[in-house]
Amino acid sequence: MEILTRVHARNLVEWAADKPNVIVLSADLTSSTEIDLFRDRYPERFFSMGIAEQNMLSFAGGLAREGFIPLVHTFAVFIYRRAYDQIAMSVAYPNLPVKMVGFLPGIMTPGGATHQAIEDISVMRSLPNMTIFECGDASDVESVVDAAYAVDGPVYIRMLRGEIPRLFAEPMQPGKARVISTGDDLVLLTSGICTEEAMRATSELKKYGLSITHMHISTLKPFNDDSVLDAITNSRYGVITMENHSIIGGLGTVIAEKMAEAGLGKKLSRIGLQDTFVHGASKQHLQREYGLDAMGLIREVERTVDTKFSISEDQISEAFVAAVHSQAKPEAL
Amino acid sequence: MQPDQLRDKPACWPQEINRAAEGIRRRVLEHTIRNGGGYLSQACSAAEIFATLYLRVLNLGEVTNPLEPAPFPGVPGPGNTGYFTGAAYNGPKSEHNDRFFLSPSQYSLVLYATLIEVGRMSSNGLDHFNKDGGVVEMIGAEHSPGMEIMTGSLGQGISQAAGIAMARKLKGETGKVVLFLSDGECQPGQFWEAVQVISHYRLDNILAYVDINGYQCDGRVETVMNIEPLEKRLESFGARVFRIDGHDVELLAALGRAKTDGRPTFILCDTDSCRGVAVLKERIPKMHYVRFTGEAEKKKYQQAYEQLRQGCMGG
Repeated sequence: MEILTRVHARNLVEWAADKPNVIVLSADLTSSTEIDLFRDRYPERFFSMGIAEQNMLSFAGGLAREGFIPLVHTFAVFIYRRAYDQIAMSVAYPNLPVKMVGFLPGIMTPGGATHQAIEDISVMRSLPNMTIFECGDASDVESVVDAAYAVDGPVYIRMLRGEIPRLFAEPMQPGKARVISTGDDLVLLTSGICTEEAMRATSELKKYGLSITHMHISTLKPFNDDSVLDAITNSRYGVITMENHSIIGGLGTVIAEKMAEAGLGKKLSRIGLQDTFVHGASKQHLQREYGLDAMGLIREVERTVDTKFSISEDQISEAFVAAVHSQAKPEAL
Repeated sequence: MQPDQLRDKPACWPQEINRAAEGIRRRVLEHTIRNGGGYLSQACSAAEIFATLYLRVLNLGEVTNPLEPAPFPGVPGPGNTGYFTGAAYNGPKSEHNDRFFLSPSQYSLVLYATLIEVGRMSSNGLDHFNKDGGVVEMIGAEHSPGMEIMTGSLGQGISQAAGIAMARKLKGETGKVVLFLSDGECQPGQFWEAVQVISHYRLDNILAYVDINGYQCDGRVETVMNIEPLEKRLESFGARVFRIDGHDVELLAALGRAKTDGRPTFILCDTDSCRGVAVLKERIPKMHYVRFTGEAEKKKYQQAYEQLRQGCMGG
């Protein structure tokens, strides 16, 4: 598996070259949110706003009203927790094209509860006019700016930084799940960093003859992908969702709502943070503690299909994850 | 520079502004009586500020015929193609024209009365006030006459205006961004975040009038949460500050047109929230919203209205 570093930092500089109306705002986390290269390259389009997020979000609304596309960068928690009223009234109500780029989603930081965005999707999803994307690999990170730019309204992005795997060969398509594998036993819907973990698990589960439709979800709102519901309809055991977020209000809730509305009588299991705050520790530690890793998924699959698989952690860590091509190139699947 | 040095030479326009200010008070009082309540003290304190802004300070595009308020266009969103804001009442936008933003939208009634007085809204515009399905809302939103952004959640007005001021600088526009603020809204942290940013980026195209009438919802500002000495606080944040009598239309006008010195400008206007309607003094310190206690009180306000009307006809 290919691992890339500082994907957003490099991509943003290139991407913004022919978009003079793009402005980047920072709240004292310039290197931490990988906008230092943008700052150095386009200093006239970079504004340091200090540790003052409420002003930053309303200020971004003002810029957007005048034809600019502000890309607000900070840690995810500081966007939606510190400036919710500002997002609601200065940005979302007027449907302004402010793009909020939130870093360190869920358990991605050892910074503890103050820095961990565990209910951001839940909070932002309930705001009218809001679009929500979540990145799970390098190709998502590279293409999410295009997806966000194309939306004529506010967008909230769960962004990744640092070392990021490339799981997909093609750019993300807004509103479309990426199909990683197809099968009739079980549907597995994963988002963000959970997708890589799930790919490790499914590569082992396949060896036991389990056929799984695995889809990567990068558009959380609006969610209108019928192919997901079709897959659930056709599944023998139902669906498992897996997200780096509270099970309340995120991907699992989106799917629950859609299934209920469609009258799908299938079993739904939601892997995620089980209505709990998290604490400061390494990503690996927290993934294991909260069942957000491949082993956590395997245990959930075992419960769902009522079978024990003797898969060890060693097998998982050795599992090779190759980049997936979209269905547009079926020969590569 | 001392404010007095900026005073214009004697002319007849101050009378015109004072007349408009009286008209604003009269219309708001009339409306308060008709509605059985209203944001009256705000008109008493800020009538001269609004009249001066619209008649002498703001450089706005013309509105040839007073506008009749249209029905509510629905909330903004992807499907709403017929959406509009209330900016049309301030005339066509241009790079040279100023933009005006009412930050405490609790003053909406005062703005509506002003728009009527200066011929930008039809004289029956207030008939739409607080009517279901209308835009002349009690606490206005961006679709309300004379408004353009979402204010009223206090602290957000100045930050949005700051973003607009920055955008106008980036685009090379010469028009100013003029804000009306109230004293109570200087309490939230976001207000100070915004002052910090506009002085850091030297957004000297911002001109803010602050109505310091001394009252907020719970009572006197100094008892709810003291903001003084406001001029020193603002100056220490890097703003250019003047503190004047907010009923002195000549000073309000002269300072509004003074050359900038690279800093954003705040004109702190000490005002009397009972000005022109003395009976309001009986309500001190609960001045934020007038709701008549009964017919006896309403009668007093009717008498005050008659006095204002006669004073106006006599003058």
